[in-house]
Amino acid sequence: MTTVFREYLTCKELVELVTDYLEDRLSAEQRLKFDQHLNWCPPCRHYLEQIQATIHAAGRLTEHNVPDAAKETLLEAFRHFKSQQR
Amino acid sequence: MDALDTQKQAENFLAALRAGDERAFMSLVEQYHPTMVRVARGFVGTEAIAEEVVQDAWMGVISGIESFEGRSSLKWWILCILTNCAKTRGQKERRSVPFSSMGVDGDDPAVAPERFLDDSQPRWAGGWAVPPQVWGEDRLMSREMLELVERAIQRLPDGQREVILLRDVEGLDSNQVGALLGLTEANQRVLLHRARSRVRAALESYMATGERGS
Repeated sequence: MTTVFREYLTCKELVELVTDYLEDRLSAEQRLKFDQHLNWCPPCRHYLEQIQATIHAAGRLTEHNVPDAAKETLLEAFRHFKSQQR
Repeated sequence: MDALDTQKQAENFLAALRAGDERAFMSLVEQYHPTMVRVARGFVGTEAIAEEVVQDAWMGVISGIESFEGRSSLKWWILCILTNCAKTRGQKERRSVPFSSMGVDGDDPAVAPERFLDDSQPRWAGGWAVPPQVWGEDRLMSREMLELVERAIQRLPDGQREVILLRDVEGLDSNQVGALLGLTEANQRVLLHRARSRVRAALESYMATGERGS
């Protein structure tokens, strides 16, 4: 990732630091630059919100379908094992 | 209080499983099986082998449930069994790709470079040329959005897919994912960054309402 020596971040640099920002892995100095950039840049605020919405949506992928054949096999295995235990 | 309730629930659930409660077992299968197949897929050559690996892992869960001590979460314990089965199978197939080196090298920008102004405009170089548009409230968390996320994750390269599945879909923390996949924290973060960036990009055209951001 880009090393930044200027006193400010460009938008192009900011988007590459978003994960480090959210994971709290930026240095104090980088974090300050990041927050300052967000203050004056609505598009980058939208970008950050979109990444957060993406993470949130990924956490909602709960509609899971298990093929019936796999369910049958596993249930059979579970019954078999339990019956042998008794 | 909540934490205690949750712990009590977990204990009850475990007791039901041990007692041979089939509904408890099937709810476990429904909850974890699809993720297990997707995670296994990153370690082995084909979907069919991934299914076999997951079957093996379930056998491990069924036979090991008596000795599971409940010090870690059930989810974590199941995923440990799964990745162990997957690694063993991957080694047999000699397709054991170390995640530590997978997809971390090279340049893979989060946003297409042409979306930014270039050096021909020195004062604004690196600023947005095509800024992200505000996403429609009505589309946030819609079924269509979730389907797009799901499909975008499926299309990711193996390493990126494994990391985003375990971190953002399953909600494990970075230490847990590092241990499961044998990844350094830094490499995991690179993969996570690329994965999230790609999934966001895949959502962009659907989510933008066409209205300018305010």
